[in-house]
Amino acid sequence: MPDSYKYVGSKVQRIDKDKVLGGAEFAYDFELPGMLWAKLVGSPYPHAKIVSVDYSDALKVPGVVAVFTGEDFPFKVGLYAADRDVLARKKALYYGHPVAAVIAESLDAAEEAATKIQVEYEPLPYSLKVEDSLKPDAPIIHEEMHTYKHAVFIYPKPGTNIAHQTKVRKGNVEEAFSKADVVVEKVYREPLLSHYYLEPWTGIARVRSDGTVEVWSSHQSPFAVRELLSKSLSIPMNKLVVHHLYTGGGFGGKAGLLLEHLPILFSKKLGGRPVKLRLTARENFFYMAQRAGYLIKMKTGATKDGKLIAHWGEYYLDAGAYADYTVNMARAIGLTATGPYEIPNIHVDSFAVYTNKVPTTAFRGFTMQELHYAFESQIDELAHKLGMDPAEFRLLNVFKPGISRTAIGERLKEDAGDPATPIKEVVKMLSEDDEKPKKPWIVRGKGIAAFWKGPFQPSSAASSAIVKVNDDGTVDVLVGTGAMGQGTITALTQIVAEELGIPPEIIRVSPHRSTDMVPYTWQTVGSRGLFSEGMSVIMACEDLIEQVREVASIVFDVNKNMIEYSEGKACVKGEPWHCITLKEAALGYMNPKGVTVGGPLIGRGYYVPPRNVLTDPETGQVLEEGHLAPFYTFGAGGVEIEINLLTGEIKVLKAVSVYDTPAVNPGLAEGQVVGGTVMGLNIAMRERLIYDEEGEYKGVFPEGMLLNPCLTGYLLARASDIPEKIEFKFLGVKQKDAPFGAKGIAELTMIPWPAALANAIYNAIGVRITELPITPDKLIEEIRKQKPELLEQAEKYLEVNL
Amino acid sequence: MKPVRITLTVNGIKRELDVMPNESLLHVLRDRLHIISVKGNCFRGECGICTVLMNGRPVKSCQVLAPEADGSEIVTLEGLVKNGEPSLVQKAFLEEFGYQCGFCTSAFVLLGEWIINNIPNPTEEQIKEVLNAVVCRCTGYQQIIKAIMKAAQWKREGKS
Repeated sequence: MPDSYKYVGSKVQRIDKDKVLGGAEFAYDFELPGMLWAKLVGSPYPHAKIVSVDYSDALKVPGVVAVFTGEDFPFKVGLYAADRDVLARKKALYYGHPVAAVIAESLDAAEEAATKIQVEYEPLPYSLKVEDSLKPDAPIIHEEMHTYKHAVFIYPKPGTNIAHQTKVRKGNVEEAFSKADVVVEKVYREPLLSHYYLEPWTGIARVRSDGTVEVWSSHQSPFAVRELLSKSLSIPMNKLVVHHLYTGGGFGGKAGLLLEHLPILFSKKLGGRPVKLRLTARENFFYMAQRAGYLIKMKTGATKDGKLIAHWGEYYLDAGAYADYTVNMARAIGLTATGPYEIPNIHVDSFAVYTNKVPTTAFRGFTMQELHYAFESQIDELAHKLGMDPAEFRLLNVFKPGISRTAIGERLKEDAGDPATPIKEVVKMLSEDDEKPKKPWIVRGKGIAAFWKGPFQPSSAASSAIVKVNDDGTVDVLVGTGAMGQGTITALTQIVAEELGIPPEIIRVSPHRSTDMVPYTWQTVGSRGLFSEGMSVIMACEDLIEQVREVASIVFDVNKNMIEYSEGKACVKGEPWHCITLKEAALGYMNPKGVTVGGPLIGRGYYVPPRNVLTDPETGQVLEEGHLAPFYTFGAGGVEIEINLLTGEIKVLKAVSVYDTPAVNPGLAEGQVVGGTVMGLNIAMRERLIYDEEGEYKGVFPEGMLLNPCLTGYLLARASDIPEKIEFKFLGVKQKDAPFGAKGIAELTMIPWPAALANAIYNAIGVRITELPITPDKLIEEIRKQKPELLEQAEKYLEVNL
Repeated sequence: MKPVRITLTVNGIKRELDVMPNESLLHVLRDRLHIISVKGNCFRGECGICTVLMNGRPVKSCQVLAPEADGSEIVTLEGLVKNGEPSLVQKAFLEEFGYQCGFCTSAFVLLGEWIINNIPNPTEEQIKEVLNAVVCRCTGYQQIIKAIMKAAQWKREGKS
């Protein structure tokens, strides 16, 4: 950011200060007078027919008001495909699947009654693996798929477990592979993950006597919640108000269809009394959608002069029992197909496949971390096979904005960004201060990965903003985006301050909002919040400034083009003593004789992605010259690591990343980068939802159960786990139609790490790891398979030292 | 089970309460006294976000039985602002962007209070050791560590 900006580009403090000072309110904390509590009861089988539910004992518990089962709500709900029962009907589809709900005057009563519900099940054959779900004799999880309503760009295959397939066909792959000098073919895997946002999902709903439904819940996007509830429950939008309080983290996990329909339906059946459903962390693992698992098959070919010419892939997403966002994620990974490289011949199929696991949904990065883990490993292998430097090989193939076409035939705009410089910068940042490891059984390695991502949204995804001036000259900004910690509301404050030339202290962007009181935005996902809302807010400020100029031109009796606006006032050019301030014009300007000109100042702005187009279902190619996303952020990441050959432990000494975009607030941007780096590396090394996929623990644990729904089993990064050094740069390359040139970064910061780590391991010891997480035991096992001599050597060193 | 009478001083105010013997301090603070900065998540001592200061020491309030807290002095986030003036740790969190979603923030601010009151010149390693008790999913901890370092420095310099 150049110094000419006063507020944009500087470390303006976050505006959500009540989180530190006290009083910040989350849905978790929200209560209403006369509120009832709901508690769910989950299935103890991964796939079972529900024979009967006996809740007579539960109703006897003092304070219990009602018990509901699936049969009380005989319809389906869903995001892109209506595949979900409100409560399991006829059969349960995964271990933990809610089959009944207790509503009581207190949480204690609801909890006690929940233990007294007797459900009789008839277990059915189940599938815990994508490979098993695809077998011809696989148990069909959604027998009624042919009846499901779904979005136009989602292609389910009734009679199978395939919830969606995307195809990309470009050039002639077979011919291209025959011309390739080197080919790498590998299979990559990632397990299901948990978002583990710290605020467990919570929702409170009530139905007013006029039929208006109100809901307060923990979500990312109030308008998406309203749209989904309106469609699934047939409530007109003017009778449905979604209230947004602070959301305690989302990471994609609070973006799709959440559980608001439950308290709403319960409240409706109970005369409109408020009902609260607040999950515990453990319940959140079972009742809320998690991140899909991945099975990625890739074959990539290059010529000996280092040009990528062919790519084939089959990408499978383990969608669990309900696919929510995962169908669109299969579309995202398919259509993106490769990293930020131009390849003329591509053949990719991507699938979302149902299994009897927890439902799945979006996760920070929306498949790009997973795609880049696989593809950037391929790139690294190809470079080694060609005897080329991996960075040089990337630079030979990376997109050239204005010239290159992506896998779907989209021509990148000239100002789309800078894919090349981040790669060079990351190499430079990694090459500083090299040291030798202190022990002979410790080895060092460095690895890099490039990346790109834009928001995967409908081509029409709109946003809007209102900027209004209060009587005293202060300003209120109304936007529809969610505040879940990412800092957008602070950055928007800076943008309004810059546009209107007024200090941030007199501007308020409320962190709380209701859908009937703020203008629309599609969703708070895809790193699009600051970009889309920023564009809308800029337009709203421009609209407001025009209004003040108009008033000034009438008051001073000059042509409007003689009025210039800056620093909160509109003045006659060359006569700076003839001015009207925002405060004076706030409600209309009254002259000394009492005549009032104009009216309350309200600026309106909106943003709809320009020339965004759909893709062809058979080829994945854009239907006309246009774009899939309004921006793409490009970057690269790299790590320097130490591997302990005796224990398999990896220590990340340094994690560096570079982004092409400018940053609106360096303090917020740093938070995103550090948070994304730590999350990405933790996913690379520790996180996984564990299922007994191979049936090794039959008889030890309940079959088909998620085995680690807690923090002693699901390992999050703690303060001591972070890399010794985290360094980053924002290059400040501006996109012309972006707020102050800035593009999204929130998800981008998490993408490169598993790939960079795997490449660093290869660089250190020549061992390729194709499955996450790279735990110490997995690393030792792979070394034993691929390079056993390394372990023998290491053990010898130890003997000498002892 | 019969209720037990206990006395707590919460953020300087003395409270007498009848609690159940198996009731957690977390339950008392959140559900009886409605102190919403004290958050719950795992209820089994893993996440640490229910941390409060009990007689100046950080405890995971879900792991303390209410009768155990009898007679103690409890400080939560709400108790740190004195006469409208935030504490050094709070000021440092604001300056260093030491928070994002805010759900774990109160726990980290309170750990910061304990650190600067007990380790005058803390190293990064010492701070990390203490912070390991609480989990944060947003920040990656670095700006939290910087904030606590800064607050400790301010305290050494005699800033208030």
